[in-house]
Amino acid sequence: MKNNLILIENFQNISKICPIKKIQFYNSEITLIVKSEDILEMLLFFKNHFLCQFKVLTCISGVDYPKNKYRFSIVYELLSIRYNSRLKIKIFTYELGNVESVNSVFSAASWFESEIWDMFGVFFKNHVNLKRILTDYGFQGYPLRKDFPLSGFIEMRYNETQKRVVNEFIELSQEYRTFNFLSPWEN
Amino acid sequence: MMAQEHSYCLAIEKLFNAKIPKRAQYIRVLFAEITRNLNHLLAVGCHAMDVGAMTPFLWAFEEREKLMEFYERISGARMHAAYFRPGGVHVDIPKGLLADIYIFLEQFNLRLIEIEDMLTENRIWKQRLIEIGGFSSLDAHDWGFSGVMLRGSGIDWDLRKSQPYEVYDELDFGIPVGFTGDCYDRYLIRVLEMKESIKIIEQCLNNIPVGPIKSNDNKLTPPSRFEMKQSMESLIHHFKMYTQSFTIPSNETYVGTEAPKGEFGVYLVSDNTNRPYRCKIKAPGFSHLQALDHMSKGHMIADVVTIIGTQDIVFGEVDR
Repeated sequence: MKNNLILIENFQNISKICPIKKIQFYNSEITLIVKSEDILEMLLFFKNHFLCQFKVLTCISGVDYPKNKYRFSIVYELLSIRYNSRLKIKIFTYELGNVESVNSVFSAASWFESEIWDMFGVFFKNHVNLKRILTDYGFQGYPLRKDFPLSGFIEMRYNETQKRVVNEFIELSQEYRTFNFLSPWEN
Repeated sequence: MMAQEHSYCLAIEKLFNAKIPKRAQYIRVLFAEITRNLNHLLAVGCHAMDVGAMTPFLWAFEEREKLMEFYERISGARMHAAYFRPGGVHVDIPKGLLADIYIFLEQFNLRLIEIEDMLTENRIWKQRLIEIGGFSSLDAHDWGFSGVMLRGSGIDWDLRKSQPYEVYDELDFGIPVGFTGDCYDRYLIRVLEMKESIKIIEQCLNNIPVGPIKSNDNKLTPPSRFEMKQSMESLIHHFKMYTQSFTIPSNETYVGTEAPKGEFGVYLVSDNTNRPYRCKIKAPGFSHLQALDHMSKGHMIADVVTIIGTQDIVFGEVDR
């Protein structure tokens, strides 16, 4: 998008005010990497500054990179309707780190952050209603982490003697396979 | 259905830096607009049924049957056509399909007028929908809305016009925008969008060029069966494609398209393998449903049904 150029030209000035750690460009998409303590002020800045006006929070996604110490990356997608441009802001955090919730800046963040809490286990401070929204009641574990197996740990089946559905540890008839290869014929 | 495939294919093509042939782009736009019609017929029909009007639902579903026949003719499946593939579309459209789409379009306008006759000037419909679930454009921005929800509140934003993809920049169509942001405005916008879709489909039918429907790059799209049986290289590409698929270098992208329900976004992170490292799907219904509590404040319980219908929620995309 050509309108990203306004942002790119002003980056010199913006980086003097905002504590940006790194800027990445790919094919007219801009990603800013920020420290996790600064996220609330950064989003407030990008929402309200006259030349940015990123008023719509499109999406908050979480990604798990288990090899890093700060394994979870949380990506905030912003959209500016006034200037027709998109921006991605990324922060990195770890299991015990807590991130400030951006609910006070964008109301749209509430369910997205609940989803990240539910799926990854990243806690958001000062969130309105941080609870599980996608997993089952009483589910333990964080499904979208890379160390959580595809089949999960618990299976539900109907027990004839007890005449109800019971939760038991999963019983696989063949060993659990991870499909970490490019082609099924290579070892 | 195809709108979701569309976003995903655009994301893969962006990561791969692929160019799609013109004919494939026109076919994709044609079927994206057919999907838009399918969706809005369901939205308006089911919304009407939830509010109490039983007949528009059945009329709308009859039209959907005719559109699903087109889906079936090109892909074999009425609903989940895996037709849009990275690099183009799967197979070329069969003979006679474009003529049949034209015959459909000629009578579709009349059907829309019938449904409108039932609802638009109806006293009961107006009483149930006007002043219900209204919100300002500030609220719309704040809650992360997209698509019809934004346009209902007067924000002139359509991804097909502002961030055009495929051949939308070459087509001539209008975007209905509402005033008050209540349910009645959004209903009217959906009906008008269906009429604009008819215009877009007609332009596609007139302008569709002759040519290939998949990109030539055999690393991205499998070669045709004829080529595969003739040339060794195509055979190897075919084998590699169907066993191992293509690998994408480490990168990430977010692509949002104007799906009928709103902005359908795909955030795709690739590492150097043939599987995505993370594919996060941003469904428009998720953001819309969050705001249900805020939108229903001050209304009666029966209005909650109206508001859910106007947000065009399908729980599959919310629960994922």
